[in-house]
Amino acid sequence: MLISDLPVLQVVIPLAAAPVCLLLRNPRHAWACALIASWLVLAIALMLVQRVHAVGTLSYAIGAWVAPWGIEYRIDMAGALMVLVVAIIGALVMPFARRSIEHEILEKCTGLFYTCYLLCLCGLLGMVVTGDAFNLFVFLEISSLSSYVLISLGSRRRALTAAYQYLIMGTIGATFILIGVGLLYMMTGTLNMVDLSQRLPEVANTRTIMAAFAFVTVGVSIKLALFPLHQWLPNAYTDAPSVVSAFIAATATKVGVYVLLRFFFTVFGMQFSFDAMHVGEILMLLAVAGILIASLVAVFQDNVKRMLAYSSVAQIGYIILGISMASAAGVSAGMIHLFNHAMIKGALFLAIGCIFLRLGSAELRDMHGLARHMPWTMAAFVAGGLSLIGIPLTSGFISKWYLASAALSGGYWPLVVLILASSLIGLIYMWRVVEVAYFHVPGTMMHKVREAPAVMLIPTWLLIGINLYVGMDASLITDITRQGAEILIGEALQ
Amino acid sequence: MEILIDTILLVLLMITGFSIVRMRSLLAATMLTSIYSLLSASLFVVLDAVDVALTEAAIGAGISTILLLATIALTTDREKPPQRTPMLPLIVVIITGMALIYGTLDMPHFGNPQAPVHLHVAPAYLHDTPGEIGIPNVVTSVLASYRGYDTLGELAVIFTAGAGVLTLLGYRTRGGNSMDPGIRKLLILRVIGKLFFPLILLFALYVQFHGDYGPGGGFQAGVIFATGFILYALAFGLGNAQRLIPHQLLRIMVAFGMLLYIGVGIESMLLGGKFLEYNVLADDPVSGQHLGIILIELGVGITVASVMLMIYYVFRSRQPEGDL
Amino acid sequence: MSGLLGLYNYWIVIILMMTGFYAVIARPNLIKQIIGLFIFQTSVFILFISMANIEGGTAPIIKEGIRLYSNPLPHVLILTAIVVSLATTALGLALVVRIKEAYGTINEDNIHVQDEED
Repeated sequence: MLISDLPVLQVVIPLAAAPVCLLLRNPRHAWACALIASWLVLAIALMLVQRVHAVGTLSYAIGAWVAPWGIEYRIDMAGALMVLVVAIIGALVMPFARRSIEHEILEKCTGLFYTCYLLCLCGLLGMVVTGDAFNLFVFLEISSLSSYVLISLGSRRRALTAAYQYLIMGTIGATFILIGVGLLYMMTGTLNMVDLSQRLPEVANTRTIMAAFAFVTVGVSIKLALFPLHQWLPNAYTDAPSVVSAFIAATATKVGVYVLLRFFFTVFGMQFSFDAMHVGEILMLLAVAGILIASLVAVFQDNVKRMLAYSSVAQIGYIILGISMASAAGVSAGMIHLFNHAMIKGALFLAIGCIFLRLGSAELRDMHGLARHMPWTMAAFVAGGLSLIGIPLTSGFISKWYLASAALSGGYWPLVVLILASSLIGLIYMWRVVEVAYFHVPGTMMHKVREAPAVMLIPTWLLIGINLYVGMDASLITDITRQGAEILIGEALQ
Repeated sequence: MEILIDTILLVLLMITGFSIVRMRSLLAATMLTSIYSLLSASLFVVLDAVDVALTEAAIGAGISTILLLATIALTTDREKPPQRTPMLPLIVVIITGMALIYGTLDMPHFGNPQAPVHLHVAPAYLHDTPGEIGIPNVVTSVLASYRGYDTLGELAVIFTAGAGVLTLLGYRTRGGNSMDPGIRKLLILRVIGKLFFPLILLFALYVQFHGDYGPGGGFQAGVIFATGFILYALAFGLGNAQRLIPHQLLRIMVAFGMLLYIGVGIESMLLGGKFLEYNVLADDPVSGQHLGIILIELGVGITVASVMLMIYYVFRSRQPEGDL
Repeated sequence: MSGLLGLYNYWIVIILMMTGFYAVIARPNLIKQIIGLFIFQTSVFILFISMANIEGGTAPIIKEGIRLYSNPLPHVLILTAIVVSLATTALGLALVVRIKEAYGTINEDNIHVQDEED
């Protein structure tokens, strides 16, 4: 096995670890297996980023059948960044998971939990690196089916209905994607994305391709929870086990956004997507509505996880807003926020996981005076919150800075006002938590509450550390996203 | 003639589909769903998709129906009449349908040999399979080799479903010689069960290993194999079936099939090829392809059969002991 | 076949798809929704298999003397999709069983009422 096999090993390692996990009877062993697999994935992801940086886009023909006859794995700079996001989160939630899962899930389900987690990781990575439209559908289903199971493991019975609702919406979305891919295949005779992009211009003005575009867009939008197709998301994030909320919130919707980027820019091409289908205007409208409405709804939530879930819907709006500008600056800003938001939300949900371990609840009313008893956890929550709002020196500020400047250079100055206004709303909902945790008198039950264990605090703070590092020195990430955006737009212009 | 059969089947499908939506009894709806699936399978035969037809009949009409029946037994078979007829779903469905019909207007017509699907990518499969893979069934060659990675993904999907159902419903071993007293009286079922059980297993083996030459392969064989055991469990009680193939063995086989498939991929990498490049598995590429395809089909068959049986065990063992 | 006659096949398939889709989003009964999904997906399979068909062709199993075969690729895709659909059905039904045990009902409206009370 050589360095050139890395793109496929990335996906095959968690896939092979999943059945091994199923065989291990001891939950500790299953955890160790998942831990090793996820850290191997992270190591490979780092090597991939480095390699793509050095030699450019990587292509891997599985089974040595060249595309379009075989299935191709294809990783460019944007893909490498996505792989890195998934791998970082996947690797960091695993050390955290052991204590948290022992506390939240029945022991007999623990081994199966890690099996499903590995499958979900594998599915998400496969979606990112694949260069084949149908293979995308298959890996989308692996990640979706496993996340339904993961969500259903939440401790309240509502987790079951949340998972079911997600299953129904997710399957409708996946079937729409399948219809779209079928129509594309019908008109071009190919499934390979690059081959599609070369053959599509010939048939671009047919009504069949327009319908294909609509179905793919709606299907992917359900998966990435674009407002108003986000209904599955708040329940799923609220009722899932803490680790699952952190992992899925930070990765699944982001991978959805990436798939949308792939279809808009690589497959259909910018001219078709934005000039002929006017998807930019529609997305911008939905993004603006999503940012405002979801932020406002978040203010009125009493469950902190639900609050963060609505905040996620708003943040996805920011990412889509960047993409909808259809400029290199906009797409790059969207991708910067995609990375930053994954780290921020991952950290915040992990912090909530720490709180849940000690309190057994994520309700605001149970958190009076919590900061005195869990100072490190609450400090992480506040740091993540500041980044979410976009205070200078945090990564959230970098995102919003690039978004605002992309909006200005595109001539969309009202969007700058919107970004500022929604940041203020963000301040309000984060402040509600801070107020309760820092300035309220602790209840009588609170004196038994201790700080979370180090194995859970360290991953949380590592993610916060990434946020603060990006906030102070964003050159690395902006460099990667600029390259990624240029490749995407460049492909589209050809 | 084909057009006529095709039209009749489509009309029957439409009638069945509408009845399913209107039906208040879930049991009746399930039976109609099974018929819907069988009708689609017949349509697939008419449209020359024999492999798909076999799979649809085994999975859609077979296993899915059994799972639906098991769920109804655990829940209820009456659908409450809706208090209102909601408008929004109707509007969504009409818009979606209109969008699709709009999309058909520029489609190549049904059966047109000049359609892009018949001109690009696919002809190469038909042309190169005899030389590169050396088997007559092109569906198998595409499934197992050219797009073998999709099939691995598909296996991962079914594996996920197995792990997921096990997570959700847990597993209980059924002790004793428990058999439904109602079924015990059904002599016919027991006789047929005894008679057909070995035949079904034999047929499964045939489908498994004949997939290179005719319709069939690991998926179909796995499902048929599982169906044989499900019939056995129905006729002779779940407890006896579980003694024949215990749950723990199933768990090992589920994992083994997956690992066999991935192992073939890794092995071809170790021998200096790409992932799932069967050419390097033997001295000459065509025997390598043969070996690779047999091994991965075996992996598929093992995992599919054991996942199906496991899901069935899990659903059935959820039922209270008395009313099995 | 010429004119719109060559498309009626697809139109019936679309009506079938929408029948299933309607059952998913309009029916409050969870089992009915799963059945709806099944109908929806099975009908999409018919769409794929229809496009693979070629006039005067036979099943794609190579035989001497036959020149025209239907397209094997959609067949392969649909084999995969059938299995995916089964996986979804199994998982959905397992969730339905658990929901029934936790809520005592499989009617979406009644579940929402209970969730509000929590």
